[in-house]
Amino acid sequence: MRAVVAVLGKDTVGILARITAICAECNANVMDVTQTIMQDMFAMTMLIDITKCSTDYSVLADKLKACGDEMGLQVHVMHEDIFNSMHRI
Amino acid sequence: MLNSNDILETIKMIQEENLDIRTITMGISLLDCIDSDIDKSCDKIYEKMMRVAANHVKTGEEIEKRYGIPIINKRLSVTPISMLAAASKGDPVKYAKTLERVADGTGVNYIGGYSALVQKGFAAGDLELIRSIPEALACTTRVCSSVNVGSTRAGINMDAVKMMGETIVEASKLTADNHCFGAAKIVVFCNAVEDNPFMAGAFHGVGEADCVLNVGVSGPGVVRSALSKMPDASIGEIADVIKKTAFKITRMGQLVGTEASKMLGVPFGIVDLSLAPTPAVGDSVAHILEEIGLESCGAYGTTAALAMLNDAVKKGGVMASSHVGGLSGAFIPVSEDAGMIDAARCGSLCIEKLEAMTAVCSVGLDMIVVPGDTPADVISAMIADEAAIGMVNSKTTAVRVIPAIGMKEGEELEFGGLFGSGPVMKINKFSPSKFIGRGGRIPAPLQSLKN
Repeated sequence: MRAVVAVLGKDTVGILARITAICAECNANVMDVTQTIMQDMFAMTMLIDITKCSTDYSVLADKLKACGDEMGLQVHVMHEDIFNSMHRI
Repeated sequence: MLNSNDILETIKMIQEENLDIRTITMGISLLDCIDSDIDKSCDKIYEKMMRVAANHVKTGEEIEKRYGIPIINKRLSVTPISMLAAASKGDPVKYAKTLERVADGTGVNYIGGYSALVQKGFAAGDLELIRSIPEALACTTRVCSSVNVGSTRAGINMDAVKMMGETIVEASKLTADNHCFGAAKIVVFCNAVEDNPFMAGAFHGVGEADCVLNVGVSGPGVVRSALSKMPDASIGEIADVIKKTAFKITRMGQLVGTEASKMLGVPFGIVDLSLAPTPAVGDSVAHILEEIGLESCGAYGTTAALAMLNDAVKKGGVMASSHVGGLSGAFIPVSEDAGMIDAARCGSLCIEKLEAMTAVCSVGLDMIVVPGDTPADVISAMIADEAAIGMVNSKTTAVRVIPAIGMKEGEELEFGGLFGSGPVMKINKFSPSKFIGRGGRIPAPLQSLKN
């Protein structure tokens, strides 16, 4: 099972480091990362493999969101199927 | 690989444009709960529903978390209770109270199916059920009721139409101290559908499987936002964008429906291709019509714009789902739509225009507040008019009007939450009394002779 982590907000030091650290801690493998910075707005999308994740999906999602809250960023964790079904025929 | 623009688009739809799954509704057949003893029948209902729907709310919440998409309501619908009342006799209100206990026990938002289907006449249990509706809705909070009074095949049962006018007034009076909320939980249908996931009109038809899962989607904000990016487009181009947007919205409904049915072990029924507004800013069907180019919803041109919108939603949605059903179309509930409320307040939108709009969209005169002293036969006549539109056009139409007890035209009735608030609308004061008093049945129209 793969999930998408999207991080949106004001650019600051260490966003990628902290998000990936949580993924590593939960044994979720980062498969792909894209990020863009428009002016000082940061938008990152990351695909992670959570098949071998050591915690429940919801625990990982909560941890990532809590990290986002601390840094003043919006973090969305969503199963990849929602994007596949909405944007692919 | 997923495209990050697609990902950001989806997140924007959910975050900023109020995209959500309006409801996952589990339909449960109660045919195997019928008993000649009403108390036994109620016990069987409680046992079956608590067993089958035990995980309904939990599953909905899990899906919300997994996909990051809000599911606003988790609901249940049941076999029309009049069929159980037919066998058990006794006071049908007992059934309503049982359903309310089930709602408490399962945590669902609403249960629909305190219903009777009387388009051609009253069978055992029907009259008792209809008479008990006001009390049943006054002593419960989450039970919803519907009565089907007409169909293209059968014509219109004018005796039932007369009764329903009286029932609505009575339901409103009994709940006068609670925003007349009783009347907001009754829908009077023509051509009612058996797999509708939306309240207050949901019931589980007898042609359905023992238990199914139906999904209703919502997304007026997404459609409006897509249209706002093309101020100079032709109507054809606008219809095309609506189709594409409806496709995406419906795909999400399909995904949630199939996933929920897998998790619950219940067959997936249908996706209702709907644009269901809420009073939240930016979640309005009226605002889509205004985005298309009307100064205010209700202006001349509203019916045409709505017809195009409704058709485009269906065309886009139908390919996105394996099974489409329910009411499928844009909803125009006045009190639940910020743009409709404003249009009614400023006098742009009147009941007559709303009636015309119901000929081209789903469903009917919905969540309309009328003066508290409106006579029952006037409401019956509104029902008859709507039913006639449904009967002749082979479509579902419905009436959900709320007589605001003690209020006059221009005042406002506040429901709160998803039900919003509505200005008391002006109605035609001339009497239809003699017409409604005649009783009998309007014969089925020529459209019924399709064989």
